[in-house]
Amino acid sequence: MKTRWSVGWEWLMAQRWLLPVLVAVGFVLAFAIEYDLFNNEYVRGVAMSVGIPEYTLEYTLFNKYVQLVMMYVGINIILTVSLNLVNGYMGEFSLAHAGFMAVGAYTAALLTQKVLPVAAYPGLFPLAVLAGGLMAAALGLIVAVPSFKVRGDYLAIITLAFLMIVKSVIENIDTIGGPRGIPGIKKLTTLPWVFFWVVVSVWVVRNFVYSKYGRGVLSIREDEIASDLMSVNTRRVKFLAFMVSSFFAGIAGALFAHLLQFISPRVFDIIKTTDVLIMVYLGGIASIGGSILGATVYTVLLELLRPSTVAAMLAWLPAVALDPLNEYFIRHLGVWRMVIMPLLLVLVMLYWPRGIMGLREFRWFIPRRDLEAHHRQHAHGGSHGAAHGH
Amino acid sequence: MALLTATRVRHYFGGLCAVSDFNLDLQAGELVGIIGPNGAGKTTVFNLITGVYRASEGSIRLRDTELVGKTPHQITALRVGRTFQNIRLFRDLSVLDNVRIAHYAQVRYGPLEALLHLGRYRREEQRIVENSRRLLSIFKLDHLAGETAKNLPYGSQRRLEIARALAIGPELLLLDEPAAGMNPNEIDQLMEFIQWIRREFQLTILLIEHQMKLVMGICERIKVLDFGETLAEGPPEAIQSNPKVLEAYLGEGPVG
Amino acid sequence: MSEGIVYWLQQTLNALQLGSIYALIALGYTMVYGILTMINFAHGDVFMIGAFFCFLAAVFLGLPFAPTLLLAMVGAALLGVTIERLAYKPLRHAPRVSAIITALGVGIFLENFTLALAPYPKNIPPLLEHVTWNLGGVSLSSLQVIIILLSLGLMFLLDYVVHRTPVGMAMRAISWDKTFVPLMGVPLDLIISVTFAIGAGLAGAAGTMYALAYPVIDPYMGIMVGWKAFISAVVGGIGNIRGAMIGAFILGGVEIMVTAFFPSTYRDFVAFTLLMLLILVRPYGILGKPRTQKV
Repeated sequence: MKTRWSVGWEWLMAQRWLLPVLVAVGFVLAFAIEYDLFNNEYVRGVAMSVGIPEYTLEYTLFNKYVQLVMMYVGINIILTVSLNLVNGYMGEFSLAHAGFMAVGAYTAALLTQKVLPVAAYPGLFPLAVLAGGLMAAALGLIVAVPSFKVRGDYLAIITLAFLMIVKSVIENIDTIGGPRGIPGIKKLTTLPWVFFWVVVSVWVVRNFVYSKYGRGVLSIREDEIASDLMSVNTRRVKFLAFMVSSFFAGIAGALFAHLLQFISPRVFDIIKTTDVLIMVYLGGIASIGGSILGATVYTVLLELLRPSTVAAMLAWLPAVALDPLNEYFIRHLGVWRMVIMPLLLVLVMLYWPRGIMGLREFRWFIPRRDLEAHHRQHAHGGSHGAAHGH
Repeated sequence: MALLTATRVRHYFGGLCAVSDFNLDLQAGELVGIIGPNGAGKTTVFNLITGVYRASEGSIRLRDTELVGKTPHQITALRVGRTFQNIRLFRDLSVLDNVRIAHYAQVRYGPLEALLHLGRYRREEQRIVENSRRLLSIFKLDHLAGETAKNLPYGSQRRLEIARALAIGPELLLLDEPAAGMNPNEIDQLMEFIQWIRREFQLTILLIEHQMKLVMGICERIKVLDFGETLAEGPPEAIQSNPKVLEAYLGEGPVG
Repeated sequence: MSEGIVYWLQQTLNALQLGSIYALIALGYTMVYGILTMINFAHGDVFMIGAFFCFLAAVFLGLPFAPTLLLAMVGAALLGVTIERLAYKPLRHAPRVSAIITALGVGIFLENFTLALAPYPKNIPPLLEHVTWNLGGVSLSSLQVIIILLSLGLMFLLDYVVHRTPVGMAMRAISWDKTFVPLMGVPLDLIISVTFAIGAGLAGAAGTMYALAYPVIDPYMGIMVGWKAFISAVVGGIGNIRGAMIGAFILGGVEIMVTAFFPSTYRDFVAFTLLMLLILVRPYGILGKPRTQKV
């Protein structure tokens, strides 16, 4: 039986033109926030003349902290979508993502610090980010080689070893700061750039998944031998999957370095990988929509549980109620939020073992051809199906 | 002209000789059956032909191409399709995707076109979808295109496996116990069906089967394996009356 | 004795000490894997909790060594069983990776829960009288001897239990087949709980000994040690109890030897490179058996 909500959702998902519109709106908003257009007299005048009430334009809506959180959400989406390619679609358990991130971060940071004159030409920043991604992709090829021979837990260990080796190598090269890392990186990561790379990563991973290579990746997860016997060049498919995955991890690392403005080997340890793993499996394996959701929910929840945020959110309470809360609960939240988060994760896993959207996808991300090919016989809707319902 | 020639193929697992001195001369368009008791090395022969195992000795040629040493996907791309004794579908994927995946080698676009969905991508994807749907409708599975493979009933799963093997565009089709788990009525239908796809797709078929009814009914030539060795070879009538075969294999039960 | 030999003996002794601690933890990983094919990533943190139980018993209760060790082992065992019942049991039929992620979540929970209660690193008082013997230049502390002997003792005990007792037979049977063995009257849930209890108890013992050997403990100490123990289990062939012991001594040996000959910052690099090469050469570990897939 269909509820009113699910009918509404179906209708919304059928409006495919909304996706490009949302992307365009997102870009405009990103630029507007970054260049502070909401405080521009002229823009305000225009906005109010078309009837937008003034309080929605309040600067505080997008203050620096919210902007920072938005950028972290974006970077985490890139990391999650790209890791999902290997861990979700291909069904391996890679722990190397933070390693690829480190490679991208160091490559880009060294370029902007020592090689590229970004101070004079900020337009060179994307080159550094791209270089970070390419460097990480090159290392991704190396990690792909063991995956020809080794699978499952043993491949997990090899990727873990790779992560540790990357960290150890960085620690032992003194010219790039050794264990002290690189301080004073210029803040070049901006909201429009993050948004741009989120769109690119989602678009490319989605394209990859809905191509013969992506179907090859899925078939490897299901049954590698049968996949080989159905003419899939499994080595080539693995190369590509690892390359695309590590490329975007490198991109995310480069953006991260120029946002945090400080990197050291300790930033990219196993705990960083664990964060991304949690976002992938929380959102759901083999789902781009799930990855976006997982990264957003996890990052935003972690921020919402910060003491200052909770205090601000509860500020409407009368002092009689708020003060005792402030005294005990909120003040200690900084420590306890890291206790609450993993508990939430465990609860999600117990009730939703495949994650929020495991093996399902927002129909907006599925190419029209795929949707129609699966559902030609009942063109007037019907949302059941292998990976295509919601 | 011989399509597949196997000469003096031997295969060892550790010290155990699973296939010894296997010879086969398969003419284009033939339908040949391999029979033999369990553990006789029948499936191993399929695995040797398709490159899952590399033959310890001997040569297997498809027309003029040596297959020994090639990987499974290279051999499959030379238009050799197969099914499995125990169904090996991509269980969590849709019926359509199962068939589409088998088009991998025929699809002509590169990684860059795939990542950007440009160039030949659209045309080729359209072609695969159409071909897949055509195959599915031949097997009366097109209304299930969006269904997850594991949710299909057993018989449909068997049909889907053959459809998937045909999606490779094979010249040579290897069927590993296609009638397993079927009742006599279904076997009759399957026999007709195998004959039909053979004509329709101009196939050369090599099949392994325990159901004597099917083997004797449609195969033009039968090869009997026992303990990795070839016991006898010939037309069904000759096999049925071969004393060595009767003793080793058919003697165990009534000839169906 | 020549100086070279003395040096080698000394390092071997250190390697044995580190290896025994890794081995005790690795056993928990490998036992749980053997029976459930699940990687219990919270296990390193159970080891950490074991060290904190040791701290509680020694400082607040003022207990001597033997009861402290016992309390840490029992406490950790109870924790292990509780985690299994609450977090893993409901996921027994879920995709394998859900259980792994749950385990990661439980681990992070344990770390931060401990951190919330104990924000600063804790010092463990010396529970044992410290005696150092000098055997021809090789210095041997009583602590080292106790750690090595006690670990070896526990390992032999475990090996005996698994290979010679009815409980051990049930464990091996269940790791062989989880569908039909319970039909023959083997209590599945009980045996799984016993496995977790033994594994966690050994981790508790390892936590106590680690805390005595390196007496400053903190909530994050289990992460790196846990991963290394896991690596030991994989090197030995995960699921194989004797393999886990061998793997742990190999890893301990490699780490100590690398530190002896290179700057200590190279330790992880060399150790992990060797590990990677080993897995590439022997993808199923030293004692593991390759799982062949029938086509």
